[in-house]
Amino acid sequence: MSSIILRTGVRFVTPLMLLLAALLVLRGHNEPGGGFIGGLLAAAGLILQTLASGSGASRRLIRVAPLTLVSGGLLLAAFSGFLAMIGCGAFMTAIWVESLGLGTPLLFDLGVFMVVVGTTLTVIEGMAEGNA
Amino acid sequence: MLGEVLTGFVAAAFAAPLARRLPRLAGPILALVPLGILAALTWRYAGSAAPPRTSVAWLPGLGIDLAFRLDGLAYLFALLICGIGAVILVYAGAYFAGDRRRGRMLATLLAFMASMLGVVLADHLVALFVFWELTSVTSYLLIGFDHEQEKSRKAALQALLVTGGGGLALLAGVVLLAQAAGTWDISALAGQAQTIRASPLQLPIIVLVLAGCFTKSAQVPFHFWLPNAMAAPTPVSAYLHSATMVKAGVYLAARLNPSLGGAAAWEWALIGFGALTAVTAAAMSLRQHELKRLLAYSTVASLGVLIMLVGLAAPEGGADAVTAAKAVVLFLLAHALYKATLFLVAGSLTRATGLKDARLLVGLRRAMPLTFVAGVLAGLSMVGVPALLGYLGKESAIAAAWERHAAGPAMLALVLAAPPLVVVGLRVGVAPFLGSRRAVVADGAGTAHEVPTGMWVGPVALAVIGLVLGLAPMLLNRVVSETAAAVHGAPVAARLALWHGFNAVVLLDVAIVLGGVALWLWRSSIDRWTRRLARLAAFGPERGYALALEGTLAFGRVQTRLLQSGYLRRYLLVVFLFAIAVVGAALVAAHRPGAIGAALGEIVHVHAEDVLLVVMMVVAAVAVVHSRSRVAAVIALGAVGLAVSLVFVLYSAPDLALTQVLIETLTVILFVLAMRQLPFFVDLSSRRTRVRDLVVAVLGGGLMTTLVLLASHVQLGDEVASAYFAAEAVPQGHGRNVVNVILVDFRALDTLGEITVLALAAIGVIALVRGRTGLEARR
Amino acid sequence: MTVLLAVAIGALYACGIYLMLRRSLVKLLLGLVLISHAANLLIFTAGGLRRGAAPIVRAGEEALTRPHADPLPQALVLTAIVISFGVLAFALALFRRVHQSIGADDVDRMRSTDT
Repeated sequence: MSSIILRTGVRFVTPLMLLLAALLVLRGHNEPGGGFIGGLLAAAGLILQTLASGSGASRRLIRVAPLTLVSGGLLLAAFSGFLAMIGCGAFMTAIWVESLGLGTPLLFDLGVFMVVVGTTLTVIEGMAEGNA
Repeated sequence: MLGEVLTGFVAAAFAAPLARRLPRLAGPILALVPLGILAALTWRYAGSAAPPRTSVAWLPGLGIDLAFRLDGLAYLFALLICGIGAVILVYAGAYFAGDRRRGRMLATLLAFMASMLGVVLADHLVALFVFWELTSVTSYLLIGFDHEQEKSRKAALQALLVTGGGGLALLAGVVLLAQAAGTWDISALAGQAQTIRASPLQLPIIVLVLAGCFTKSAQVPFHFWLPNAMAAPTPVSAYLHSATMVKAGVYLAARLNPSLGGAAAWEWALIGFGALTAVTAAAMSLRQHELKRLLAYSTVASLGVLIMLVGLAAPEGGADAVTAAKAVVLFLLAHALYKATLFLVAGSLTRATGLKDARLLVGLRRAMPLTFVAGVLAGLSMVGVPALLGYLGKESAIAAAWERHAAGPAMLALVLAAPPLVVVGLRVGVAPFLGSRRAVVADGAGTAHEVPTGMWVGPVALAVIGLVLGLAPMLLNRVVSETAAAVHGAPVAARLALWHGFNAVVLLDVAIVLGGVALWLWRSSIDRWTRRLARLAAFGPERGYALALEGTLAFGRVQTRLLQSGYLRRYLLVVFLFAIAVVGAALVAAHRPGAIGAALGEIVHVHAEDVLLVVMMVVAAVAVVHSRSRVAAVIALGAVGLAVSLVFVLYSAPDLALTQVLIETLTVILFVLAMRQLPFFVDLSSRRTRVRDLVVAVLGGGLMTTLVLLASHVQLGDEVASAYFAAEAVPQGHGRNVVNVILVDFRALDTLGEITVLALAAIGVIALVRGRTGLEARR
Repeated sequence: MTVLLAVAIGALYACGIYLMLRRSLVKLLLGLVLISHAANLLIFTAGGLRRGAAPIVRAGEEALTRPHADPLPQALVLTAIVISFGVLAFALALFRRVHQSIGADDVDRMRSTDT
């Protein structure tokens, strides 16, 4: 699968996909998108990179092990829920800063994004590794 | 008081590391924990006129609180649990000197102590049950401490099954009790005695609660687990099987006496089973020669006496009931003190000589002077010699039975059961030290020596306390009055004295001691006579236990053979057929042919692209089934997924469509990567099997079609969650994509669970790809 | 469309069940995927089908304008799709592992728990 055309194409396509994924996560609260979809798209982009030029390439792009991404995402999602408990609210109560349009659900979505990217990469890389 | 209980559990967590760092001092240091708890409880108890009560909401939705209350009865038990607990911790620290398992022993003892404290302090029926079961679990660990020996494991399992089974009955009992009384609070139950009595649930409550009490307190016919539990190390037996756990049943019976007492069933069950237990166990003790088994049977007999005394202390009874309530307290306290001491003395004797048989132990007076002091004081207390607390206990028990009816069953049981107990007291506490011969030491390892400090200081302390309280019983006035009041359910004034004057009770007491001595002197002929009785044991309740256990295991084997064929396909077939049957039955029961007809009528509103999509989907699915090539099957599978995502596109679900397309891509990649190492298709099934599977498949598919048709005509009102989400997404969720708002805000907890599943799948894949099985590693 | 989809769901279930009853490991997995699709479509269809009414509030408005597609089944299905991918990946890894260990594709040969 390591044709030059693929590798050259991927060099442009993967960044585009990652950009689109970021966009999907950011606007996911108001338009179609969100952590799940963005995560899948980002993972697909990174996997494309992996298929074209080996697993080292995507690792260079994200710089952390996929499983670290998974655990980090889980922690972030749980943390966003605990934030409300500091103010004596129930676990997972949303807190919003209205003026900025930011709130804990966005943090949660980011956690979902990380878990999805991490899981997908782990699974596909694990499968590829088993073949080697 | 939650703090006091939790302290025990927390200390248990630190016991093992402490025992590693400071092996010698671990026992004494940890003994400070129960002493500290006791000091805190004493301060609370002495500091307030009304019993202090604390409550922490636990499961507020179910009305379950961690409520604790410290009245006289609870305080007396806390005194025993913490006081004897401290002694046991010191003793166990020395007993397990040089043993790697010391930390584990100390930790489990502390955890048990905390659970036991929870039982006696709990003021909520559910909290009581939870701690009750915790004592069963921790005692399982303690009895099975020598888990490398089959005997210990069996004894531990037996104790767990018997007391755990009783615990289940107790749970049912307390739930019914709370329903009948309308309250979960134990302290409020007594006020509801009339309500409970009027309730039709009264008899079931009594039966179930007493099943719990009788199993825990080893009453006939559940007594057999206690002697078997002597497989535990001696400190455990001394703690659990004399002073604390087995008394939990007595505690509960005494605690519920004001609310359930007064019913004839309650009273006669307690008196009847207690009397039967006392006599049976006392007779069985005559046949024992091993120190710990002698003590075990005498403990069962004493527990029977205690249960009987609770039965005599009827809440609306007269002066005799008051005497019985006081007797419960005195006998309990005296028994705990002398029996724990005797167990510890027995442990020291065995440690010093390597002998367990009471017939071989003689003349240890000089070799073990301090253990001798403890043994004689405790043994004579058990015999019932005046000036020792045991005398007061026994005297009050006789007085209670006498006042009830001079020729009643209680009196009869006491007269029969007491002399063998005198024999046990003499044989364990006194006889090993007397005589001129030097004791033979097992395996000829020289002469016996006094045990280390940690092993004599506790027994001596307990024995001296028994002496002091026997000489100055007025010290106990407040505790006895308040405890007896809790048992009796009405105020009791206790004025204890060393000597209550010469009367019939004293005469009886003397007769019992003389009877015991006579039994001791004529032991050989009695031994011969009781040997015949022993054959009856083959038909005893322990045989029933063994049969029930074997039966359960046999049933398990049979049903495993029947149901667990090991063929995955057969399991799946059963699952599918069952699902089809259940869903089918529900659909037939709903019986709405009109709805299906109406749904079918809508077929006219069909767009051309719909038909195209569905045809594509079905053709692709059939291709997946039919394909001979793996790659073709995977491509067909991708086509199915694509068709599904197009359905989402057409029918207003952009998020789903995006997700489905991406997942479809990834699935194909995944299959292609995995495929290289997966086998080619081969036809393995016979034609008949395939036809059968086809029938099941078509049945299942047809059923699902019907289900969808029916479901499409169910009209849901505005009260459903969707309407709320649709209305509140922007005002509360600050997002216009309602699906996303549900995922990350309204139902974020669900999503958290789902991403956790994803994380687990990732970890699982890594483990399967990188990990090596034990088999491969060995190669 | 409901009628057509009902038929399609039935067909997917039937194919899935048939495949899951095969002895070949790979077919079992293919069946699993088909049944996941069928279940997702079932939930989606049961929530009611609507064209051109995505559950997204128009800019400047406070709530969804009726008629709109039901957002709740969509949220359920969305996570179900992703989860079934995770399950599929785990099952593939597991089956491949089993295949490596016992060298067979026949589910009937996996009766003993020790291999």
